[in-house]
Amino acid sequence: MIEIKNLHAAVDGMPILKGLDLTIASGEVHAIMGPNGAGKSTLSYVLSGREGYQVTDGTVAFKGQNLLELEPEQRAAAGLFLAFQYPVEIPGVTNMTFLKHALNSVRIQRGAAELDAMEFLKLVRAKTKELGMSDDMLKRAVNIGFSGGEKKRNEILQMAVLEPTFAVLDETDSGLDIDALKIVAEGVNALRCRERSMLVITHYQRLLDYIVPDHVHVLAAGRIVTSGDKELALHLEEEGYAAFAERAAA
Amino acid sequence: MAATAESVAQVEEIRKYKHGWETDIEMETAPKGLSEDTIRFISAKKEEPDWMLGWRLKAYRHWLTMEEPTWAMVDYPTIDFQDIYYYAAPKTTEGPKSLDEVDPELLRTYEKLGIPLKEQEVLAGVQGAPKVAVDAVFDSVSVATTFKKELESHGVIFCPISEALKEHPELVRKYLGTVVPYTDNFYATLNSAVFSDGSFVYIPPGVRCPMELSTYFRMNAKESGQFERTLVIADEGSYVSYLEGCTAPMRDENQLHAAVVELITMDDAEIKYSTVQNWYPGDENGKGGIYNFVTKRGACRGDNSKIRWTQVETGSAITWKYPSCILQGDNSVGDFYSVAIANNAQQADTGTKMIHLGKGTRSRIISKGISAGKAQNTYRGLVRMGPKALNGRNFTQCDSLLIGDRCGAHTIPYIESKNRTAKVEHEATTSRISEDQMFYCRQRGIGEEDAVALIVNGFCKEVLQELPMEFAVEAQKLVGISLEGSVG
Repeated sequence: MIEIKNLHAAVDGMPILKGLDLTIASGEVHAIMGPNGAGKSTLSYVLSGREGYQVTDGTVAFKGQNLLELEPEQRAAAGLFLAFQYPVEIPGVTNMTFLKHALNSVRIQRGAAELDAMEFLKLVRAKTKELGMSDDMLKRAVNIGFSGGEKKRNEILQMAVLEPTFAVLDETDSGLDIDALKIVAEGVNALRCRERSMLVITHYQRLLDYIVPDHVHVLAAGRIVTSGDKELALHLEEEGYAAFAERAAA
Repeated sequence: MAATAESVAQVEEIRKYKHGWETDIEMETAPKGLSEDTIRFISAKKEEPDWMLGWRLKAYRHWLTMEEPTWAMVDYPTIDFQDIYYYAAPKTTEGPKSLDEVDPELLRTYEKLGIPLKEQEVLAGVQGAPKVAVDAVFDSVSVATTFKKELESHGVIFCPISEALKEHPELVRKYLGTVVPYTDNFYATLNSAVFSDGSFVYIPPGVRCPMELSTYFRMNAKESGQFERTLVIADEGSYVSYLEGCTAPMRDENQLHAAVVELITMDDAEIKYSTVQNWYPGDENGKGGIYNFVTKRGACRGDNSKIRWTQVETGSAITWKYPSCILQGDNSVGDFYSVAIANNAQQADTGTKMIHLGKGTRSRIISKGISAGKAQNTYRGLVRMGPKALNGRNFTQCDSLLIGDRCGAHTIPYIESKNRTAKVEHEATTSRISEDQMFYCRQRGIGEEDAVALIVNGFCKEVLQELPMEFAVEAQKLVGISLEGSVG
């Protein structure tokens, strides 16, 4: 699905990622854990093509395509989705309008027909029902006045509508209480399937109790320093990042 | 006045041999330049009553004493008023021979708006395209006739103002110039002297106009271009919604436009006046664009009467326009909802005046200015509470959005209050489309230009939703089209 090799990236000339390797197969869920400043969010922005994140070396192949030469919207059309750590507010634009624009833009790029208002409404209602969300959310402006939990659920709804093949969840647990966390995790789990890979970025092991990963990686100082199964997350929680960082430096 | 006699003789000559003036427009011109003779020619041509000619001449003589205003934040070369045709400029042979010769940008816009080829030719002024008013092309001649019958059955008068001068001279005389006097300002005075045509609307007492009145459906729309004069009267307890303009940018030979619109509401009457203005803004450097100097003003004469201006201004090289309300009647209400978009080299200086005279008068101003490219966009507004405006209320919200780093947004509110019970609120914001918003949209698959259109439409929503349904949908598309090329 996605193959990252020797990825180096810098922000404002400062190197953040320093030779990151990661391969995720179809249908797998990988978790990346690591301390602040390890480069977790940088990785998600580099993969999604945000301006200001310069790739200085390495390759990213996504379904055989060179991901790094695509514009952000082309990456989305290719099937990449980023659930934002801080979802952005867009005043005056309803969630419904936003989702319809997004879906139709992606469909056009994929060579599919646009959905008309009725078809779209049907689809989006089915998605909210699947995720146990209320339709009220669709009528509100994108993320305006949303609680932390609502914002994250809204990200999951967008993911459900856009049906990506590879989703990056950037600290989806941040700012959530335990109930909200459970609800969001349920949403994510509902979207797990054989055709969809996920990369879950988090500080805390807690999230991984609900979204159980196939593989766990520890990111420190811009590189993956250890990989393992979900047990690794538990060790990490006990031992702390400092020990890992030391090992990385060694 | 030999020249006038000659002009009239010429008119007579034409009348003898031609079947109305639509058939051969070439013969129908007054000489270039402005003089009393030109004005007499226009008035004679339209077979106007003497008082009308007298009024025009008074305006002209007053205009000679006036100077072109320079206070607006717009910059343009000096206009030579003697180098303009004031009556039916002859069609030059310079029109494009086919659509292939038309500015490809203009064609792209037509395409995006979904305008059929035949209509594109008319709009772009292609040679040999049918010489008919746009409304006829939109296949509304028969529709217009049907509508006219229904309007008549309600006692509504909706016709060209030249026709109103013949059919209902007493109404025109009673109201014309009572809101915008012929001495008002340089451009309004010029308009008073030479106005070509425009719309006249009268809604009788107690009548709710059964349909939205649109310039689309007005016969003769073509000839009213340059110095348009519109007069709308809503008598006691009546209601009318009037739509002006067209989302399709129309190629126009007249660079200078100076229209006047007067609205009058009597007791308990309401007028909604909506405009979508998308005249040719010129090329990237503003060359060839329309100068639009408009005076629009409404008088809420009666108690509990309402006037609402809604405008979406996306076209013209220069927009100078302040649709205003004079709130005379007690508890009368004035609203101004505006979206002004300026891209490339466009300059817009627009806003409103709310003059509170009566007791308990209320006004609301919602202005959304968007600047992109190297455009300058100015909001200029006046809220005045007169000494008798007991408990007068105003709320003003003035938001500016900037795209890129070469454009400008300016907000110039004037507030005067002579009544201590009156309340005036002014809120203003200036923001940019943030990089976060753009990236969020793009990550969801929305391309840059679509993302800008989406965000700007959200920014303008409060105003756009005030437009009648079919207009609102077109206006949304227009917002996106006007901002093309503003990012990247």
